[in-house]
Amino acid sequence: MASSCRRPEHTGPPDVFYNEEEAKKYSQNSRMIEIQTQMSERAVELLNLPEGQACYLLDVGCGSGLSGDYLTEEGHHWVGVDISTAMLDVALDREVQGDLLLGDMGQGMPFRPGTFDGCISISALQWLCNADKRSHSPPKRLYTFFSTLYSSLARGCRAVFQLYPENSEQLELITSQAMRAGFTGGMVVDYPNSSKAKKFFLCMFTGGTGVLPKGLGSETSDRTVANQVQYSGQRCRFNNMKGKSAKKGRDWIMEKKERRRRQGKEVRPDTKYTGRQRRPHF
Amino acid sequence: ATEVKVNEVEFNPKFVCRMIPKLEWSTLVQAADQLGHREELPGELVPDYEKNEDFLKKVHRVLLEVEVIEGCLQCPESGREFPISKGIPNMLLNEDEA
Repeated sequence: MASSCRRPEHTGPPDVFYNEEEAKKYSQNSRMIEIQTQMSERAVELLNLPEGQACYLLDVGCGSGLSGDYLTEEGHHWVGVDISTAMLDVALDREVQGDLLLGDMGQGMPFRPGTFDGCISISALQWLCNADKRSHSPPKRLYTFFSTLYSSLARGCRAVFQLYPENSEQLELITSQAMRAGFTGGMVVDYPNSSKAKKFFLCMFTGGTGVLPKGLGSETSDRTVANQVQYSGQRCRFNNMKGKSAKKGRDWIMEKKERRRRQGKEVRPDTKYTGRQRRPHF
Repeated sequence: ATEVKVNEVEFNPKFVCRMIPKLEWSTLVQAADQLGHREELPGELVPDYEKNEDFLKKVHRVLLEVEVIEGCLQCPESGREFPISKGIPNMLLNEDEA
């Protein structure tokens, strides 16, 4: 039971999980509302929209409209897509200002090219990574989603996804399909050192150069614990989900030395020999 | 459409201006016509519409205020109909359509 609570996508497809009961619970839970609003705020911040302008945005996996309400608050018009009728019904009850659509993101975004000035998605993308039907192929669905989303966005816009990745393979699957669809960008991680506060935002750009925003709770850029993963063609080494480096590799050693320096202890200076593989007789 | 509602939405001329280039004008007029809410919408885009507040207000009305509550969207190419219920279009595709 514990694992399915942490990973609801393991219990079943989103339209089954978010039934009427769950939808009601979700939307009345004040803690849930607070978290979702905070994440929406951060996502909109990362969207880097032009100041003081009302924009036309897409909210993927809008659910009961918790994130949409924040968009309305900021003066934007939005369209929300969700697969669960129960959640959308709650959104209707709550009289959200955005336009709602019942749809499956893995089937593609049914919009004319260049419609939106930006896209946010809060806690929804990880649902695409599980095959809920035998006919589903998550990579294909991810690609369908990203490619249609890419065309629905105007050039020079961003799509920001807050998600809960299960592991680095999932993260890689998502980013690779997004890149295939034409997006550039990468992962912004807020508070990478806190397992509770840590949040992942996939920040994607359509065309043009985009400088990936810095994650919150990060110190100088000299830290070896990467809190931004700039996606290039190379394979990056992912830390384990707690944000700490695995094994006793060089990364781990450097972090440990940093920690001890911060504690005021005497630490050997870092040289090119730090963390170097020793000969077997050591 | 069998049920259409007209809401009142705050008029933001800049927003409407930026939306106009994204529209396929003839389709918009046709849709407004079908809903019986075309009113004075011209058949062709008025040149220099940025300064024409009257025109912008008409567009604002059709874009933001007129809402289909019950009805359907029809794909012009395949004829496939997507029902609209409670203002929400159902765009879910069947297994064989995806």
